[in-house]
Amino acid sequence: MESKQNINLKLKVWRQKNAQAKGEFVTYDAKDVSPDASFLEMLDAVNENLVIKGEEPIVFDHDCREGICGSCGFMINGNAHGPKKGTTICQLHMRQFSDGEELTLEPWRATAFPVMKDLMCDRSAFDRIIKSGGYISVNTGGARDANNILISKVNADEAFLSAMCIGCGACVASCKNASAALFTSAKISHLAYLPQGQVEQNQRALNMVAQMDAEGFGACTTTGACSAACPKEISLINIAKMNREFLRASITKKEEAGGGDLA
Amino acid sequence: MLNFLKSSVGRKYIMGLTGLVWVGFVLTHMAANMLILFSAEAYNKYGHALTSNKLLLYPAEAVLLGAILVHILCAISLTIDNRKARDSRYAMQPSGEKAPPKPSQFMGIQGSMILAFIIFHLITFKYGTHYDVTYDDVVMRDLHRLVLEVFQSPGYVTWYSVCLVLLMFHLSHGAQSVFQSFGFLERKMQGGIKVFAWAYALIIFLGFLSQPLYVFLIHKN
Repeated sequence: MESKQNINLKLKVWRQKNAQAKGEFVTYDAKDVSPDASFLEMLDAVNENLVIKGEEPIVFDHDCREGICGSCGFMINGNAHGPKKGTTICQLHMRQFSDGEELTLEPWRATAFPVMKDLMCDRSAFDRIIKSGGYISVNTGGARDANNILISKVNADEAFLSAMCIGCGACVASCKNASAALFTSAKISHLAYLPQGQVEQNQRALNMVAQMDAEGFGACTTTGACSAACPKEISLINIAKMNREFLRASITKKEEAGGGDLA
Repeated sequence: MLNFLKSSVGRKYIMGLTGLVWVGFVLTHMAANMLILFSAEAYNKYGHALTSNKLLLYPAEAVLLGAILVHILCAISLTIDNRKARDSRYAMQPSGEKAPPKPSQFMGIQGSMILAFIIFHLITFKYGTHYDVTYDDVVMRDLHRLVLEVFQSPGYVTWYSVCLVLLMFHLSHGAQSVFQSFGFLERKMQGGIKVFAWAYALIIFLGFLSQPLYVFLIHKN
């Protein structure tokens, strides 16, 4: 097989010492990059050179490097996870770029995602949204038989498509309002489509939307930038589902009953 | 219910609901004004029928005014929150497959221009020169004459047309967003509502545009 030639790139990277510091762009050369390297492998090589020179390496989040954990992610030339659709940055390969290209690397920018260092930001706001209702309550004990609750294929598929969200934050980063509507709605929908999620359905919609607002994320203006940037291509229909759930919960949520009828 | 109205999702419901009031109004306004292409008498009689029944006129005007005020206040409140949520800007904007559609990015600017247009539009026509005309012994306003006069000016026709383009973009995004905001969106509808919203916006644009162009190019005074 004919292998493509190695390429040279110019990287304009956002460097920021800590959460309080004022960051700035610093330019680095990435030389002799294999087109088969992943974007993060390319950055590893740049960092090795920085370490050899006694400079601070560029900090970025990453973990599985298989596109399933949701740890990695930053902006390449204004696109979350780079130019290719349906891909995390760890699964983006250097063959997407051409020799001599200049790439601008920036962290996710949102008030609710403060930058901690370089390309890494604090996404614990997402954890708090999950904590507010992104779960189901189950009895402990022996494992149940598989498939003893019947679920229609349509609902199972929809729930699965929503559950594909890895919580990387690209939706927030890409939205001009830094809205977390796509993330929150995927988590609400995932459970709302399944019978196990229906026990806490109303409370979940109310609490998760309230937490999303409290974290300081913006509102959805339906630009679709989130879904376009999403490495798992989560659909905007999740946001519609969230709004529907939220409206229904606001109207029909029952108060906890006391004893006897009210006089 | 107050929590619902204060939430980001609740305010989108209000934006959608108040927008829909105007989506309906703009369509009837455009369709009825097409009478100008056919007959001065029909045009004036229609206007007279609308304005002479105060029992219907005032509530209708109140609903339109209320809807647009709530729409604007809601937009301002959401925009303030949205600006706070994104406190720093990127050096580069998304491009290629990940770039969002342009009209959706400038709803606030479009809306502000449309508001200026509506105010100016009311001053020019509703509160403009009052000519009288008599049909079948009934004295009524000759709005047709005023419209013909105003649309003789190339400057006015140009400004009018530019505002119609903005209105088209605003409606094209609003008319599809409302499905999502209301939670009335399923996977199979996604393509359809885009076509629907653009078809609606184009019909409004072309319908309204035909009126000044007809007066300016064909029906010269």
